[in-house]
Amino acid sequence: MKLKAFGLLAVVLLVGCRPEVGYQDPGSPAGQQLSGSATVFAAASLTESFQQIGKLFEDANPSAQIVFNFSSSSGLATQISEQGGADVYASADRANMDKVADRSLIDGSAQVFARNRLEIVVAPGNPKGIKTLADLANPELKVVLAAPQVPAGHYAREALDNAGVTIRPVSEAVDVKGVLGPVTLGEADAGIVYATDIKAAGSRAEGLAIPEDLNVNAEYPIALVKNGRNAQVGRAFIDLVLSEEGQQVMADHGFIPA
Amino acid sequence: MSTPTRLSATLEKVSTGAAKLAVGIAVLFFLLPLVGLLLRTPWGELGTELASPPVRSALWLSLVCSLAATAISLVFGVPLAWALARWEFPGRSLVRALTTLPMIVPPVVGGVALLLAFGRRGFAGRWLDQAFGVTLPFTTAGAILAETFVAMPFLVITVEAGLRSMNRRFEDAAATLGARPWVTFRRVTLPLIAPSLWAGAALAWARALGEFGATITFAGNLPGRTQTIPLAVYLALENRLEAAITLSVVLLAVSLTVLVLLRDRFMPNP
Repeated sequence: MKLKAFGLLAVVLLVGCRPEVGYQDPGSPAGQQLSGSATVFAAASLTESFQQIGKLFEDANPSAQIVFNFSSSSGLATQISEQGGADVYASADRANMDKVADRSLIDGSAQVFARNRLEIVVAPGNPKGIKTLADLANPELKVVLAAPQVPAGHYAREALDNAGVTIRPVSEAVDVKGVLGPVTLGEADAGIVYATDIKAAGSRAEGLAIPEDLNVNAEYPIALVKNGRNAQVGRAFIDLVLSEEGQQVMADHGFIPA
Repeated sequence: MSTPTRLSATLEKVSTGAAKLAVGIAVLFFLLPLVGLLLRTPWGELGTELASPPVRSALWLSLVCSLAATAISLVFGVPLAWALARWEFPGRSLVRALTTLPMIVPPVVGGVALLLAFGRRGFAGRWLDQAFGVTLPFTTAGAILAETFVAMPFLVITVEAGLRSMNRRFEDAAATLGARPWVTFRRVTLPLIAPSLWAGAALAWARALGEFGATITFAGNLPGRTQTIPLAVYLALENRLEAAITLSVVLLAVSLTVLVLLRDRFMPNP
């Protein structure tokens, strides 16, 4: 009994002593005194571009931090719905953003900040001489696709449908970066990924363009998540992504500006 | 010990209390996730979910791969355990460290290492491909190989411990009575180490059944070929949480059933 009372007292004391971290004077102009960290849940295909924007953000706001969680957009949507923990969510498709928005977990409305298209990824020098989506149907080839559950996977199947091609992949990766790995290691002959992933892979992979009429238009929406820990830093990060500076970084990584 | 003073009696009380608290926290720590899973299980849909072809094929594949990995572990692991326990050879401790390596490296790292050795471009894999036309990545055989890699150490160290702790007088007696080494092993040693053999096999099997990282890295993820239950659970988490929970409960039930059966049959309560 005594112990319980002591514990209660300790809790009261601890709560009472909690420093007012991140307290902001409501009257202060925005952009000043940004502090604390915000967590950004972003599609795997945004890994390189968002890391660069995150660095720009931290350089401009030395006492603020951006923590990233890169994964498949669908997995991130489940995480946000089930356990939260995100201040910002950037998805590789509208469907997953809608899923989160339908649960009223979005503050305001989502904004499209970039677009992407698909390419066929092959080993450098294209040793198998692949040219078109139809070539991927060759049963001799080992083709990896993203799983149909994740955006890159359903986009890839959409493009294959557009081309009237049915293929049997040897593996279905859990996110788009998982398609790149086996191809760059030489274990798979080809895969379908975003153009930006091929750019990020540099000399380790080669991209083959998919004609405009067969390709898909992958739109990337971004939004502030409700009940995050640091809405102010989260909002400022979104602003930076949508700014001219942020859009330039997206373009540098091969995205098509929104 | 002399008559406890009041101070030491108090200390004892406090430490007993602390131990009880620690035990309670430990039990809760294991219990709560289980409760969380069971509370969210859509029991009404369990039957439909189980009957669906993707779940059935993942379940079947999980059983086939984990049992195959256990069988391979027994065939190669028991002799290895014997060598580690009974043979004197230089570098024995190095071999033992090597054997237990898969237990301490992250499974994904193990998967990458397997790819670099047995992949199409790997030094051993290239030879396998050229000599036998065998490629392991993205095949069920590859999934079995990955599971064996992470599971066999559990069998080896358990059986080795059994061999070390058994009373060797019975083997000596059998040998003195003229039994050949193989007969001694089969009729005397094996029955004596049976509990550790079954415990090792059960541990290896459970580890193989739950394998995720090495499998997805080395064998990939394809329904019907390499998508075992843990991979299916991970994929289902992407968009069908209920299905993921159902699959998890099924895997839990299968493992528990087999472990309980094994325990009753081969591992009497001490």
